[in-house]
Amino acid sequence: MSKKEGEACLRKRKQVSTQAPKSEDGDEGASPSSAVLSAFKTFQIELDTKHDKYERLVKLSRDITIESKRTIFLLHRVTSVPDAEEVLAEADLKLDGVRLKIRQIAEELRGEDLYQFHKAFTPGIQEYVEAVSFQHFIRHRSLISLEEINARLVFLKEDKAETKDPSEQQRMKVLTFQVTPTDYLLGVADLTGELMRMCISSVGNGDIDTPFQLSQFLRQIYDGFSYIGNTGPYEVSKKLHTLKQSLGKVEDACYTLRVRGSEIPRHMLADVFSSRAALIDPDEGVA
Amino acid sequence: MSVTEMFSNIQGFLSADQDVREDIRKVVQVLEQTAREILTVLQSVHQPSGFKDIPSKCLRARELFCTVRNQIGDLKTKFPADQYYRFHEHWRFVLQRVTFLAAFVVYLESETLVTREEVAQILGIEVDRERGFHLDIEDYLAGVLIMASELSRLAVNSVTAGDYGRPLRISTFINELDSGFRLLNLKNDPLRKRYDGLKYDVKKIEEVVYDLSIRGLAKEPEIGGDK
Repeated sequence: MSKKEGEACLRKRKQVSTQAPKSEDGDEGASPSSAVLSAFKTFQIELDTKHDKYERLVKLSRDITIESKRTIFLLHRVTSVPDAEEVLAEADLKLDGVRLKIRQIAEELRGEDLYQFHKAFTPGIQEYVEAVSFQHFIRHRSLISLEEINARLVFLKEDKAETKDPSEQQRMKVLTFQVTPTDYLLGVADLTGELMRMCISSVGNGDIDTPFQLSQFLRQIYDGFSYIGNTGPYEVSKKLHTLKQSLGKVEDACYTLRVRGSEIPRHMLADVFSSRAALIDPDEGVA
Repeated sequence: MSVTEMFSNIQGFLSADQDVREDIRKVVQVLEQTAREILTVLQSVHQPSGFKDIPSKCLRARELFCTVRNQIGDLKTKFPADQYYRFHEHWRFVLQRVTFLAAFVVYLESETLVTREEVAQILGIEVDRERGFHLDIEDYLAGVLIMASELSRLAVNSVTAGDYGRPLRISTFINELDSGFRLLNLKNDPLRKRYDGLKYDVKKIEEVVYDLSIRGLAKEPEIGGDK
């Protein structure tokens, strides 16, 4: 290699290596690479918008989860309180709050594909389904349907949008949020865990009718899930196992009530049972 | 409504859903087959003999993209247009592959980065979600990243084939891509993982350029290339 040639390629290398920094500070827009860079700038904006929306939805979903969990705890008190209606009314208030949050989700999703952001809010929605169906069960002793849940998630636009132009306002009047069948199923599967807990605690309070109602209801739900079996999504079949455990506990409880109930005076039954419940409780795996 | 009725309603929904997925899977399989064919055609540019007739290979690939367009058209009819993201996972992989192939063809032809609009046009789909079956931005970017690693391989092989100019041009191109990707704020997702691989491609090409430079081979095409 002659010296001249060596110098030539040195110059060449310099040129190549300066290429990177030149294109990096493409803010000036003068570099030849600006087409690529400006394309990536629009990608940046698009991706950031999407991620921001996702994060907002995750946050809303967390709030919904927390509030729904609190509602469920509140509803558990129903067994030990003389006036159930009072607790139910309070739960109603809380659920109204949760619905306001879901409304915000619906607003975020306006004009978007529901499933694009589904992962962001599915935990919250499942928890909401759990809370709502629990309350419905306590009040009506039946399973709330998906349609009933969705019917409550239709929001009417408030009048505060008056500043917007009329055509826009017309379009935004009704805002709906649809719970997907899968979210509904998963929420109902979680509900069974709550029902099991309710069963145990109601025996603790000397209520011997509720456990039998509960075991019957749980059996129906279990049959329903068995009917779906593995046609459903993976998560559903995973929950089937815990569901079976819950059902087992409730059935055991009813069995004990039947067998021991005839021997033991009523006022002592609660003691017998609560010691048994304490034995069962630790291994429960329901979230 | 009784509990049983409710569950049988949902069961109906679920099995309808599965049928749709089954249909989609079938079409996607065919699409994957075509994508492999195109890849085979384009792979031959890595052969020493392949460098001579890149244009004819691109032409052949372009022909095969017609089949892709038909198959994607078929795919569109398999599910409701507004539920793209519900079934997205099924075609995400193959869409990234064909994006890569389209980008590679365009690079081989004109040595430029394919735009999202061009890819959409080659595949016969849309850019905006509102207008139907579209190319998701993350899929587009993933396809471009696959092309980057293909180009680093091409740089190596073009040296073997005696084309010393090409690695320099690839190097410039990849550096530009790299600085483009640096502008993005990626989340910790599959795209980010793939982007993390880009630096190795950059590094590899830089090594090739270095090797050429110290041997005085890195002059412009009139020296290198196919005499």
